[in-house]
Amino acid sequence: MRRSGIVRLSAATAVAALALTACSSGGSDELDPNADISEQTLTISTWPEYYSPTLAKDFEAATGVKLNIVHHATNEEGFAKVTSSADSGIDIVFLAGNFISVLVEEDLAAEIDQSAVPNLENLYPEVREFAFDPDLKHNVPYAWGTTGLCYREDLVSETPDSWADLLEPAPEAVGKTTLMDDMRWTFIPAQRFLGYSINTTDESELDEVGTMLKSAAKQSLAFDNTTYGEKLIAGEAVLSHGHDGWCNMAASEDPRVSFAMPKEGSDLWVDGMVLLKSSKNREAAHAFMNYILETENQTWLVENLLYNVPNRAAMESLPDELFEKYPALIRDGASLAKMEQIEDVGDAIDIYNRINTEIRAG
Amino acid sequence: MSKSTRSYRPRPARAIGATLTLGLPGLFLLLFVAVPLGIVLVSAFFKRGRIGGFKPEFTLGNFAELARPVYAQVLGSSLLMSVTVTLICMVIAYAAVWAMRTLTPRGRIVALVAVLIPFWTSFLIRAYAWMLLLGDAGTINGALQMFGVIETPLRMLYSPEAVILVLVYLYLPLMILPLAASAEGLDHSLGDAARNLGASPWRSFRTVDLPLTLPGALTGAVLVFVPSMSNFVVPDLIGGGRVLLIGNVIQDQFLVARNWPLGSVLALVLLLLLVLLLMAQSMVIKRIQGGGK
Repeated sequence: MRRSGIVRLSAATAVAALALTACSSGGSDELDPNADISEQTLTISTWPEYYSPTLAKDFEAATGVKLNIVHHATNEEGFAKVTSSADSGIDIVFLAGNFISVLVEEDLAAEIDQSAVPNLENLYPEVREFAFDPDLKHNVPYAWGTTGLCYREDLVSETPDSWADLLEPAPEAVGKTTLMDDMRWTFIPAQRFLGYSINTTDESELDEVGTMLKSAAKQSLAFDNTTYGEKLIAGEAVLSHGHDGWCNMAASEDPRVSFAMPKEGSDLWVDGMVLLKSSKNREAAHAFMNYILETENQTWLVENLLYNVPNRAAMESLPDELFEKYPALIRDGASLAKMEQIEDVGDAIDIYNRINTEIRAG
Repeated sequence: MSKSTRSYRPRPARAIGATLTLGLPGLFLLLFVAVPLGIVLVSAFFKRGRIGGFKPEFTLGNFAELARPVYAQVLGSSLLMSVTVTLICMVIAYAAVWAMRTLTPRGRIVALVAVLIPFWTSFLIRAYAWMLLLGDAGTINGALQMFGVIETPLRMLYSPEAVILVLVYLYLPLMILPLAASAEGLDHSLGDAARNLGASPWRSFRTVDLPLTLPGALTGAVLVFVPSMSNFVVPDLIGGGRVLLIGNVIQDQFLVARNWPLGSVLALVLLLLLVLLLMAQSMVIKRIQGGGK
């Protein structure tokens, strides 16, 4: 989700590595009830600035476990880290759902012993129904979110409420909209507006989506995944397709920036924590995942990074004012959980790719 | 004779020296040019892997993709844009080099160093600097609005023109340097003679100076044209992703669509185009130099 255009470079080589590795490790998934976790050292890989700066210190104070935090900039990079050798030295990796399912398929993800993570109770029950990992067998959700219409209240004549506002902008918004740069997300507005699945593999549906997006692109300012917030604050853009958390971040700098969920619905992304089979610190890892799900640790994420979390206890304990200030914070987890998630479309990716090129070539 | 025989006798130290001087660069070229090129060449003939790479299934289908009009369109617009960038660079470089010729030798060195200074800063940072200059809320629009020249900001960023401007800015030194080098050897008296015989300054430039400096200009043209054609960062940042060059399409195949075979086919087309261009350039230079005899 947090992916910048330039950092993609390492990613392709990284993913290729997966095809070459077929590693699995022995050892049982059983936790040792007598293990002294303060003897264990835990290494996690996550995105930079995606956790409290005092996390390692706080966690060690609470449990006695020493915590190393290493970073990956993209899902692809994090994925490559844990698949390129039999034991990467990483115990827990944070990844998006569509990458988690591949880790599970490759038999690299350990089963979670749910009895050792009692704070799973804090989560919205809907997270157990996600297709990428039913019943949370292999992941513990960390954060989730959606994309929608991020806009300048003072520069649009009517509050946007539909993807149509982006696809066929009002006169004052022509040349001042931004579409998302990441191919699969570029397609979402037209797919949702036309009532198609965001994972459709039907070529005629996709052609129709492409025609619509071509005209939307002609009337737009730019394709932008990372700096639309700045464009909105500067007034260069008045309406953007953007992430909930990033739109909140822009709103915290400029209260004239707001967020609207299109009536046609949108997408849902989920980032989860995966315990790797190669980990020798399973007991500490379970303690960590349980610690992360504690209400106050998840509210930190919401209050400081302005992301949504699938943690009902945390979302309900937050003050109403926060939700009024940041309309992209969504307390109704059930409605968010209903959104479709981006999935691998197999060979149909070639159709997406062709149409994506056509959209941008104008 | 005996001298030369001695000097060609293989001695162990010389053999080691030769192995090192030829072997290391050779190894470098093998690892970083031949192997990657080989991967590109091979993967062009195979089916795509699910998450990048390729499957060991032979196909010519990747080349059939080239028939789609969109690729010809992108290739055409990339060519047009790179040619434009190269021509603008050439005109500016001639003006700059001719201005430099009026300087003292010391002044000329200072000017050449000044041309090189931008290379001390990362190319990305300089591209971002242009975004700050050209943006709706950028420095230029801010100044124009402050002085009341315009009321609403001019839309300069995110257009093909802005991409051309920034590419010219980035690659201009690559044109100036070879041109300055070839103008350095230019005999002033030839131009003087032409003018003494009644040629206008323009005519003397066109018939005397231009042909003599053309090899330098053509070297510069290749140095500017090749990276312009394959650049994908400037169209992304300055073009807002709405200006699509062939470099972007290739990058997307490898990193977004993860279709290495199609990316390889497009890369090969680009490579072929550039090789043809280099051949044309060396032929033209040969003809100029041959004609000068």
